[in-house]
Amino acid sequence: MSADALAAPAAQFPDAAGHFGRFGGRFVPEALVAALDELGAAHRAAMADEQFRAEFDALLRDYAGTPSLLYEAHRFSARAGARVLLKREDLNHTGAHKVRNVLGQALLTRRMGKKRVIAETGAGQHGVATATAAALFDLDCVVYMGQVDTERQALNVARMRMLGATVVPVTNGSRTLKDAMNEAMRDWVANVDDTHYLIGTAAGPDPFPRLVRDFVRGIGDEARAQCLELTGALPDAITACVGGGSNALGIFHAFTDDPQVRLYGFEAGGEGVATGRHAASITGGSAGVLHGTRTYVLQDADGQTQESHSISAGLDYPGVGPEHAWLHDTGRASYRPVTDAEAMAAFELLCRTEGIIPAIESAHALAGTLAVAGELAAELGRQPTIVVNLSGRGDKDVHTAGEYFGILDKE
Amino acid sequence: MSERSRIGVVFDKARADGRALLVGCMPAGFPTVEGSIAAMKTMIAAGVDVIELEIPYSDPVMDGPVIQRASGIALAGGVRTRDALRIVEEVAATGAPVAAMTYWNPIEQYGVDAFARDLAAAGGTGMVTPDLIPDEADEWLAASDAYGLDRTFLVAPSSTDERLAMTVAHCRGFVYATALMGVTGARAQISQAAPVLVSRVRAVTDLPVGVGLGVGTGAQAAAVAGYADAVIVGSALIRCLLDAPDQESGLSALRAVSAELAEGVRNPTP
Ligand SMILES: Cc1ncc(COP(=O)(O)O)c(C=O)c1O
Repeated sequence: MSADALAAPAAQFPDAAGHFGRFGGRFVPEALVAALDELGAAHRAAMADEQFRAEFDALLRDYAGTPSLLYEAHRFSARAGARVLLKREDLNHTGAHKVRNVLGQALLTRRMGKKRVIAETGAGQHGVATATAAALFDLDCVVYMGQVDTERQALNVARMRMLGATVVPVTNGSRTLKDAMNEAMRDWVANVDDTHYLIGTAAGPDPFPRLVRDFVRGIGDEARAQCLELTGALPDAITACVGGGSNALGIFHAFTDDPQVRLYGFEAGGEGVATGRHAASITGGSAGVLHGTRTYVLQDADGQTQESHSISAGLDYPGVGPEHAWLHDTGRASYRPVTDAEAMAAFELLCRTEGIIPAIESAHALAGTLAVAGELAAELGRQPTIVVNLSGRGDKDVHTAGEYFGILDKE
Repeated sequence: MSERSRIGVVFDKARADGRALLVGCMPAGFPTVEGSIAAMKTMIAAGVDVIELEIPYSDPVMDGPVIQRASGIALAGGVRTRDALRIVEEVAATGAPVAAMTYWNPIEQYGVDAFARDLAAAGGTGMVTPDLIPDEADEWLAASDAYGLDRTFLVAPSSTDERLAMTVAHCRGFVYATALMGVTGARAQISQAAPVLVSRVRAVTDLPVGVGLGVGTGAQAAAVAGYADAVIVGSALIRCLLDAPDQESGLSALRAVSAELAEGVRNPTP
């Protein structure tokens, strides 16, 4: 099947108004509609423009270092009871899949003639990636970050500043990612003429979910070709962690029309979904509207957003991209929670078996892989092949993990 | 356009008197449920014509720091959507029109039809919906028709002519023109974009037009009253209560600011 043939059915979603079934759409102030329309048109035109695509591809290759490797993790495989292939997005420039999205959106920003980008960030990974692209494209850059996060991720704040970005600590609400996103929206409403909101995941109002998906879908396109070349067949399953959902959509998309390839998204189960302290919007939330889109949300009976909890800052978000909500409803993808403890056990296992320190976000995908490998083997009657999206590297998490494992020297 | 809405009658009278209406916004349950009822009644007694009762929401992206703080206090105090409906009922009993202003998710969770039914039963006139555009409003269009409620969608300086006409065509009662690109909060200067936007709205509808975002003083209210049918004020009123050391001084500051604004809308600057 050609790549174009694969792209066709997926292109039906979302519909023209940005709906994925009952999810998605635009729940935004009217003041933003013109900018969203402009962005949607720019995105459509860019995707049809060969020069744009060539420039994007060249940047990804020469600057970000893609295609990322598909690495067969033999020692981890032995422990998992599956043939585990790691999609090494951790090796990309800036250390995660996020660089694909920011480079795509930075190109779009330039195409629209805008000179300033704003972004929200939780752990700081998207903020660092945005600051990186802003430096490369000579754009002014303001990053909103909850004050709680600026304190626990001081190193990433310094990184953003080194790259020339202004970091604004957000002091209202729960002072975390969701409030940083609110503040970025407020900035955007006031400055929409010259500013692009460079959103960090496949969430938010249309056209963001489809635009982000289109910029990260290279992960799956590459993995599909690499897996065929390496194994001669498609994998039995794809696994990824789900925060807002960009890395998962990025790897899922090339496989959505291959029904034999199971798609698994692993949400942050925190201390356990039953405890209420988690960030599993699909498994532990309900349908609602948050940050401009209808999707699964952690909320109380009155529709007030509830705080999420996860050891992984990048998954610590009370919503999820609308396309995942829809893939869940249609049954095409399965979503399951992974607790902090399960993720950290998988984190340690990858360190010790492969010499790779993963992002704690990605460790959720690894833990989920360990959990489904046995089920799949039983169902298939043979060892399954599983492609794991190793969405990022763990440098940023060394402090958190060091504390978790109690291996930091006391001063 | 369907039958004249209740609020339309109030607008007609103000037009006949050669003045604009003063719409005062206050979050339900701020600082407490009883405190917000007292605040709204104080505003009405001091000359506020219409109450825009904001249902507090955890993530108010159209609101600046003052309304964010007030909403946060109301939510921390445990206010529920059903409390907001009770407040509507108490305040509407004064005879002043009370419209609900609400982000969409609380309504969706309450149930759109159920909320419309209960709002109408409480005596509310309709809803102002800052993050609901007509494109996504099918359920609300049906429910507001069923229960005879007004629908106030927002228009903005950035709205294209086509969107502006479409949005206004879905409004009933009055249209809300956001005077500037930005969030709520009193400002030193009212945007030059407001009169232009109002005249663009007038070109496509006879509905009254309210202007909000940034008005804080009597002089500003008078200036906006010179070209708009209603002057919508939130942060400048709410701040009276936020800044006050106790309820009594808060209410007296609120009374004074309401009266100043009421004086402004009664003396439009030509
Ligand atoms: C390495 C890594 N993986 C995953 C995520 C989660 O985001 P998403 O679900 O959009 O891929 C993040 C977010 O910061 C991240 O840094």
